[in-house]
Amino acid sequence: MRIGVITFPGSLDDVDVARAVRHAGGEAVALWHDDADLRGVDAVVVPGGFSYGDYLRCGAIARFAPVMDLVVERAGQGLPVLGICNGFQILCEAGLLPGALIRNASLHYVCRDQWLRVEGTGTVWSGRYQPGAELLVPIKHGEGNYTADRATLDELEGEGRVVFRYVDNPNGSQRDIAGITDQRGRVVGLMPHPEHAIDALTGPSDDGLGMFLSVLDGVVAA
Amino acid sequence: MARVVVDVMPKPEILDPQGQAVANALPRLGFAGVREVRQGKRFEIDVEDSVDDETLAKIAEGLLANPVIEDWTVRRLAE
Amino acid sequence: MTTVDTGAVDTGIDTVAHALSTPDIAQPYRELGLKDDEYQRIRDALGRRPTDAELAMYSVMWSEHCSYKSSKVHLGYFPETTTDEMRAKMLAGIGENAGVVDIGDGWAVTFKAESHNHPSYVEPHQGAATGVGGIVRDILAMGARPRAVMDSLRFGAADAPDTRRVLPGVVSGVGSYGNCLGLPNIGGEVVFDPTYAGNPLVNALCVGAMRVEDLHLAFASGVGNKIILFGARTGLDGIGGVSVLASETFSGDEGGSGRKKLPSVQVGDPFTEKVLIECCLELFAAGVVVGIQDLGGAGLACATSELASAGDGGMRVDLDRVPLRATGMTPAEILCSESQERMCAVVRPADLAEFLKICAKWDTIATEIGEVTEGDRLVINWHGEPVVDAPPRTIAHDCPVYHRPIARPAGQDTLIADAPAGLARPTTPDELRDTVLRLVSSPNLASRRWVTQQYDRYVRGGTVLAQPADSGMIRIDERTGRGVALAVDCNSRFVALDPYQGARLALAEAYRNVAVSGATPVAVTNCLNFGSPEDPGVMWQFEQAVHGLADGCQELGIPVTGGNVSFYNQTGGTAILPTPLVGVLGVIDDVRRRVPTGFGAEPGETLLLLGETRDEFGGSEWAHVVHGHLGGQPPTVDLANERRLAEVLVAGSRDGLLSAAHDLSDGGLAQAVIEAALIGETGCRIVLPEDADPFVWLFAESASRALVAVPRSEEPRFVAMCAARELPCTKIGVVDQGSDQVEFQGIAAIPLAELRAAWEATLPALFA
Repeated sequence: MRIGVITFPGSLDDVDVARAVRHAGGEAVALWHDDADLRGVDAVVVPGGFSYGDYLRCGAIARFAPVMDLVVERAGQGLPVLGICNGFQILCEAGLLPGALIRNASLHYVCRDQWLRVEGTGTVWSGRYQPGAELLVPIKHGEGNYTADRATLDELEGEGRVVFRYVDNPNGSQRDIAGITDQRGRVVGLMPHPEHAIDALTGPSDDGLGMFLSVLDGVVAA
Repeated sequence: MARVVVDVMPKPEILDPQGQAVANALPRLGFAGVREVRQGKRFEIDVEDSVDDETLAKIAEGLLANPVIEDWTVRRLAE
Repeated sequence: MTTVDTGAVDTGIDTVAHALSTPDIAQPYRELGLKDDEYQRIRDALGRRPTDAELAMYSVMWSEHCSYKSSKVHLGYFPETTTDEMRAKMLAGIGENAGVVDIGDGWAVTFKAESHNHPSYVEPHQGAATGVGGIVRDILAMGARPRAVMDSLRFGAADAPDTRRVLPGVVSGVGSYGNCLGLPNIGGEVVFDPTYAGNPLVNALCVGAMRVEDLHLAFASGVGNKIILFGARTGLDGIGGVSVLASETFSGDEGGSGRKKLPSVQVGDPFTEKVLIECCLELFAAGVVVGIQDLGGAGLACATSELASAGDGGMRVDLDRVPLRATGMTPAEILCSESQERMCAVVRPADLAEFLKICAKWDTIATEIGEVTEGDRLVINWHGEPVVDAPPRTIAHDCPVYHRPIARPAGQDTLIADAPAGLARPTTPDELRDTVLRLVSSPNLASRRWVTQQYDRYVRGGTVLAQPADSGMIRIDERTGRGVALAVDCNSRFVALDPYQGARLALAEAYRNVAVSGATPVAVTNCLNFGSPEDPGVMWQFEQAVHGLADGCQELGIPVTGGNVSFYNQTGGTAILPTPLVGVLGVIDDVRRRVPTGFGAEPGETLLLLGETRDEFGGSEWAHVVHGHLGGQPPTVDLANERRLAEVLVAGSRDGLLSAAHDLSDGGLAQAVIEAALIGETGCRIVLPEDADPFVWLFAESASRALVAVPRSEEPRFVAMCAARELPCTKIGVVDQGSDQVEFQGIAAIPLAELRAAWEATLPALFA
């Protein structure tokens, strides 16, 4: 079970995602932004950080990296892709997921332990959870305020594509959206950091491990 | 009423990581010939006619710009 | 005005040849901060007048900030008082970029704090950000991966208008730089006092780790080895002082007059620094670095002269090869630029290609700017013409050393005589309840959450404890669980009352904060912030504090491995409270046995107060908040007691006897109980001893005390352990998980919700 973890210049949580993948029993495979090669992985995680400094717009430059061309192409063929935080922003900029992440309503970066409610368990990244379950997972971002036009939001809701919702909205996201999926439930993006909730020693809980276990289930099943 | 535009730019000698990031990305996307990019902010302000240029300067200098590292210009748009 | 008329140099650059041919030109050394005798000393060292570039180098390297010329004679007391036994675990110490300690399992840990006070007043966001950037590069230059940061911040009165400008800027600067670097911020301090109003303190600390064999020291060895400058380009950052030279030399042309107004502000680019970190670590791993030095204060002037004087040969630098960000920069400006995110490495010619390849992978600009040469001269060329030709030691190390006058201030006795005994104390239950709430919500005791939640504490996945815990703790070895804990502390009011005891109290508090987490304290760093060294009273404070800290370290048996001095912290003629910040590093062999701060981890906990409580209120938070009073003696401190307390805490952690522990310091027992209850989200009942004076027990700030929660089943064992070590241990209450209040029996029962509102509302109300 090989799960690719992309490193861009400025990626930060790539080591943590790799650790979470190993913790869940998978093999983490390092992917470099400048290599147009996915090294035969069964799934890809785009981790958090400040890719290329995130100076223009979060994720705006990373989406043009050679490795992202392949990710977009293979996602179209059903490759499971998870974008976390900056990774979510990159997937939105790359058009794999709808909407955008704008500045937190508070205008401040916020790092805190956050309760999430699982809304959708039909994706390859959330199959391990019970619908309605509440998870305690860290958030840490300055631009995590999920925004889309009303039609898109209605479509996401109508198709059951909201995967996670904030219990106590920390950033002004529309409809408390913390994470969404594409139409096939293969590409998921979320602002909270499941890789920082894999044990109660270094995180607030082990609630995040389920996302990595879920994709390993899916990859095994396929 | 007048529409006023305040442009705030990093001073020329001050490092501008934002502009630099864009400048570095452009060649990767195949746009050759861009020598430098500097990124600033543009404010559009609607003011009563009673607000004079001196007040606008104070607004720009005192709040919109950080005069330690940024320059600013104020211009009134033609109505 | 100087006219440059030598035919040899049509660029108008003051070369060595030009200096020789124009020996009597008047030079603006005073504007550069050099005294007459210092200028003469430079002439003597060179045997001629210095060039502009040389003058610039000497002036920045001989500044107080770089040369420690006022503090040097006192700092020698640290190594003097460090015994071989204390030194046993030190792999590198004072004089290196940062101290390095062997923590076991083959790991070396390096840590250091540095001040960035003045820049943070001028431009709070960038000043604080570049402070973080600078200390991180110091750690990187030791060969270590930076693992975490902490920051100790001091501001003017919380409700002062300028604090609203400075604090949010500093916090966003620390946050944005550290967050973007991917380094967890695991703790620190936020302190308010009116003396910091025009001079905030921003002391940033970084801790890094490496395998013992990977330690890199800064030196340039091996004739023919290449000097590589890599990282960001060099611009006109932070050369405000040196721009005097440009305006002298070029007055009239466009490069000159405009430059004079340059602010000494540096702008940081954390993204470039993040890439630089990864690039450096890959270079280290590839074994292609002989020596390395970061570029911080005094930029290339410092890096080249220090690298050259630490090596075994000379050095040649071709300055015109330095990649620039600005046009028309003079050699003096290039040498003294404080542009951020740059490093200088010494590389064997055979490794050069590999070095450059790794830099290219990380899109990091790397330029060969010179090489190690035979002889003992530092020669810096500008388009082939020497502009510097000097013995590097005379620049980097042989600065003048000052024995500044020292005098105990006349007002010191008055200050001590003004004891807090006469201050009105609360006596009735209602008054005591009001005092509890007033203190909990006071700016210095209120929750720091509004600040710390702007910092990423999780990145790199090793954070085991972070704010509001007493110390920050990170896991270093994922296999064994070995980790380190860090705390930084200083109660500057105590230092003002008695600098010697105040420094020992700061050491004691940081030491205790590490021990309550279950880690064994092993090493000390410091960041000594004081007023003007030209004030004999300030020098007295400094000398006393250095002695107090060094003597204290000897008593505790742990070495000072490095430090930083910041003088001239004052507004007009008024100095800040003397603030010798002390950082203590502790080691824990398995972070899984760390002791958290919050109550309620186990069902049924007994609360024990360790140590002795005395009627000590000099410099206390109570006297400050309620009476605006500062006077009397600080609390007494017996470091043997402190050591015993730490031994019990560490043993209790090792044997699994402790479910929570919290240090007692500012605000005393009441504050500690409330914090531990709020953090653990559980109620508790406090029953003071029958003969206790409730006011003294709740608010005194006696040293060497800790509050611990012990599972009821372990209580007899733990109490017996304290008795065996003759550590006073008083049962003062129980945790009650069914309760939603903190009850001080016979005084007041205060709902957790009310306490939380009081504790958490203060900073958001002031700064959000």
